[in-house]
Amino acid sequence: MWDFVLSALRAAIPAGTPLLYGTLGEVTAERSGVLNLGVEGMMIVGAVTAFGVAHSTGSIWLGVAAAALMGGSLALVHAFASITLRVNQVISGLALTMLGLGLSGLVGRRYIGTPIRTRLVPLTIPGLRDLPVVGSLFFRYDPLVYLAIILVPVLWFIMYRTRWGITLRSVGESPATADAAGINVFLVRYLAVFFGGMMAGVGGAYLSVVYAPAWIEGMTAGAGWIVIALTIFAMWDPVRALLGAYLFGGVRVLQYRLQPLGISPNLLNMLPFAFTILVLLISSGGVVRKRIGAPAALMQPYTREER
Amino acid sequence: MNVPLHVRIQKRLAVPRWIELSTAIFSLLLALAVIAVLFRALGVNPIVAYRKIFRGAFGSLYGLSETTVKAIPLILAGVGLCVAFQARVYNIGAEGQLLIGAICATGLALAFPDLPAWLLLPGMFFVGFVGGALWASVPALLKARFHVDEVLSSLMMVYIASELVNYLVYGPWKGLSEMGFPYTDKFSPSAQLPRLFRTRIHYPTLILGLVLAALAYVLIHRTKWGFEIRVTGENPEAARYAGMNYLKTVLLVMLLSGGLAGLAGVGEVAGIHYRLRYPQGVSPGYGFTAVIVAWLAHLNPLAVIVTALLIGGLLVGGDAIQVALGLPVATIHLFNGVILLFVLGGELFTRYRIRLEWRRE
Amino acid sequence: MTNQPGQDSAVEMRGIVKRFPGVLANDDISFEALTGEVHALLGENGAGKTTLMNILYGIYHPDEGDIYIRGQRVTIRSPRDAIDLGIGMVHQQYRLVPTHSVAENVVLGLPGNLLFPGRAARRKLEEFSEKYGLSVDPEARVWQLSAGEQQRVEIVKALYRGAGILILDEPTSMLTPGEIDDLLSIVRRMAADGHTIIFITHKLDEVLDISDRVTVLRQGKVVATQETARTDKPSLARLMVGREVLFRLEKKPPTVGQSVLQVKGLHALNDRALPAVKNVSFDVSAGEILGIAGVAGNGQRELVEALVGLRQSTKGQVLVGEKDVTNQPPRTLIEQGICYVPGERLVGLVPGLSVAENLILKDYCDAPFAQGAFLNYAAINAHADRLVTQYSVTAPSRETPVRLLSGGNIQRVILARETYQAPTLLIAAHPTSGLDVGATESIRQLLLEQRDQGTAVLVVSEDLEEVMQLSDRIAVMFEGEIMGIVPAEEADLEIIGMMMAGAHRTPTPEAA
Repeated sequence: MWDFVLSALRAAIPAGTPLLYGTLGEVTAERSGVLNLGVEGMMIVGAVTAFGVAHSTGSIWLGVAAAALMGGSLALVHAFASITLRVNQVISGLALTMLGLGLSGLVGRRYIGTPIRTRLVPLTIPGLRDLPVVGSLFFRYDPLVYLAIILVPVLWFIMYRTRWGITLRSVGESPATADAAGINVFLVRYLAVFFGGMMAGVGGAYLSVVYAPAWIEGMTAGAGWIVIALTIFAMWDPVRALLGAYLFGGVRVLQYRLQPLGISPNLLNMLPFAFTILVLLISSGGVVRKRIGAPAALMQPYTREER
Repeated sequence: MNVPLHVRIQKRLAVPRWIELSTAIFSLLLALAVIAVLFRALGVNPIVAYRKIFRGAFGSLYGLSETTVKAIPLILAGVGLCVAFQARVYNIGAEGQLLIGAICATGLALAFPDLPAWLLLPGMFFVGFVGGALWASVPALLKARFHVDEVLSSLMMVYIASELVNYLVYGPWKGLSEMGFPYTDKFSPSAQLPRLFRTRIHYPTLILGLVLAALAYVLIHRTKWGFEIRVTGENPEAARYAGMNYLKTVLLVMLLSGGLAGLAGVGEVAGIHYRLRYPQGVSPGYGFTAVIVAWLAHLNPLAVIVTALLIGGLLVGGDAIQVALGLPVATIHLFNGVILLFVLGGELFTRYRIRLEWRRE
Repeated sequence: MTNQPGQDSAVEMRGIVKRFPGVLANDDISFEALTGEVHALLGENGAGKTTLMNILYGIYHPDEGDIYIRGQRVTIRSPRDAIDLGIGMVHQQYRLVPTHSVAENVVLGLPGNLLFPGRAARRKLEEFSEKYGLSVDPEARVWQLSAGEQQRVEIVKALYRGAGILILDEPTSMLTPGEIDDLLSIVRRMAADGHTIIFITHKLDEVLDISDRVTVLRQGKVVATQETARTDKPSLARLMVGREVLFRLEKKPPTVGQSVLQVKGLHALNDRALPAVKNVSFDVSAGEILGIAGVAGNGQRELVEALVGLRQSTKGQVLVGEKDVTNQPPRTLIEQGICYVPGERLVGLVPGLSVAENLILKDYCDAPFAQGAFLNYAAINAHADRLVTQYSVTAPSRETPVRLLSGGNIQRVILARETYQAPTLLIAAHPTSGLDVGATESIRQLLLEQRDQGTAVLVVSEDLEEVMQLSDRIAVMFEGEIMGIVPAEEADLEIIGMMMAGAHRTPTPEAA
């Protein structure tokens, strides 16, 4: 039983890592007030970019970096459409998802079936890794997993304990106030969305160069949409994003393992989404919304009223 | 930033029809041009690709029939979305409602295989409509009573619906005769929609779609309910003053939208596959594609018929170039995405006038 | 009362001219505030006070004129420049992020080191608290604070940025009497410490209570600058509203009929759950126009909303004819014959729909416009054509979306819709705001026509001239109360001015 739990946890963490990257990025973007439904497209573009670059250069890290750049670039298109042109954010995000899916499919067609040449070596800390239980649970993952985990407190700190964080959150809560305080609302939103795209790209990269590793068309399989759900589930908080990502990821990867226990994998899969709706409901009430709810200006384009 | 050259975006007051139309066409052409460039960059000959797509979609009788096949669920779902979007209720979860409609129809078909067709088929459409409508009522109530955003809640419902389908086809409804595939058994003949000659066009659904498109148009523009929908979408405050019931309006449009998406689902299982399959096998994203269809049609249900055929043609063309050029099916998503982006951008030109002016200082 | 202000000039504005389309907001204004003084800027709506201060704060640029800070000529291009010069402004609408803490709000947008300077900020906040009585809890969430506390946060924000000159725009409009006392005490302490406070207000009591000098603006011009100690309420009131010529519209004497609207002891809260309408009683009879004058923000909006069913009243009664319609939904009131021309034009209209469709916004359910579920467009179009002619609406066609019409025509559409069925009671809020002269004339004519046809008309307007032109009787609202109701012919401008500024009350006959 204990073995089962351990192995379950050990599987959940890599499964949740791409979700974690995506969610951290989307939390940032939504905190600035922009809904980015294009995460799926950015993730998969990241996946194909990472694979291609890693394949030709032999370096995984270059691949990941390139993926971040591509994801961010795609996000900039969404940013331009929704922030500057003030187009409907929902439609724009959907368009980007389709764009990303299509682009990745086209670019990736020559990588189908090719194995990746290099591998990301798991980061193991000698000594620690041999600890009885904790060793295998905490210390045998590849560096990208650790990077994601480290990002969580870093992002948390930036968000709640620095001026940057206050700026970001103010833009998402009350852009008029931020504007009056001299903050460039557009710039902040652009940066936040760009960061979100980068993270999505890295998440996708993880899938193609570490997790699988391979390039399969459509390999994100809806991970981007799960990120959207996760962002709400995490109530726009990086720490809760960590828990949520591993939870969702774990459920996804474990759905079949739990079957012998009589738990239907599909009903299990439904739970996170049902729970997310619950979160939406709870956080919509006035007082509660102020404590844990969505950024007040989410999805509202900002214009400075001029006489 | 003290740049002397300012770009001022002014709301355009009058939008003459010719500007709307020519902008739409221009956006489309621009989109195609950009895609051509992308193709070139990726080593694909755009002329060849475009020709194949066009030929595949519209160049043969087979192509036309397949285009129509793809257009059927797009028409139904698209019309539903027009109604919802007119009230500014953004039902992004049409895909989920479609699946639920498919589930309900399947349930009826599997439960009563021996009913005569004239009873069973309308019954399947009925339960499909009701199922889709009920599925959409959840985000509707959440929005009207609790101000929960319908985009997010309806999107979550898509996943739940998708998992429900999986649960059924891998579990209680798993076909006995289908060798472990995630399919239900094939429907009995009386649960199969008739097709047009040797094509796959399940014409009862098509007729239903066309009729409902017309009815939706009449609803929106000629009835009291339609008036309330349009007023609520444009100015909820004025709607309140005029005594219109917000809850009723939101519920109405979501029920209609969900029901229509459900009908699309019924059409797919009863007209194309004759069984319920894993979610992507029932709908490769028709519910989401319908958003483009509705948007391109400027939320006009009659225009949806045209845009559905257009997008349906693109989908078929995608299959064609996959076969002929080895391009992945996902290429179509590229088309959809770029076209949508350019149409969105084009809308900007119709809504606003962009002025460049020099400012002192 | 206050210390002796220094003789150094803190702020001087010379020859400021500011034009907006159709209106000259500041007409060659010269204004000076000295270091350490509390200088009141007095005037009614549209006098130009907020515009002038917005220029000082860098939100607007003057068309002509210069600004001198501490004797040096400066150019203020944005609030950032103003803040750098030591100018701070507390607006009527607070610019705070509700879900964030006080400390986070104070620090927002400030350059400096990256880390959220917890300790340094806290120390400074404590300092302000000790020095001026500005006590705020740095960790408190803003949405939990009262209006007075939030205002203190705004003041702290300005001080934190080094403001030596503080502009307060109508600061007491949302405060309880206790909070007002606190504010005034804070202001005195800051002034004693050498800060310059410019206090925009329309309330005479405050002017006399707190200021060292007062500048009165009227219709964009400076009327007088005086030492407060040397003036009094009546003089100030006269300066505030005095008009050389009051031309009247051609108006028949009213044929007053039965009492149509009776408001008895009405109370209502504003959006912040504070009392906005306090024990208001009045009545309007058929064939007369009752005008409610007053500076904006004294409860007029809430009163009107309560009368048309868009806001709950907490106490009191509203009667139409004999019928009690207190707190009935809009639909019921419409059926009683109450028609409403809203202040914010686009609230009563659906901008994207056609003229014809907007004209039936209220009646779309009734025959002949609807038959069963369907709309009868033949009837709707005929109706539209008729009204367009009758009310002289200029529009390309009846299908034209209403937002394309000019302000005046939009207003005519609304009036047409509201009045074509000879309403029992017509409530018009700011009917001519933002309209050009021609449109203003014709709208006022239409209102008079309604009154001549026997409708009871209630006009609520910040434009005193409009109220005086149209009304048969004039009521003045101040801080949610009716200060007095006087017949138009007997209206003494000085008294009305004082009522508007809270300095006078005319005893009204007891409401039944």
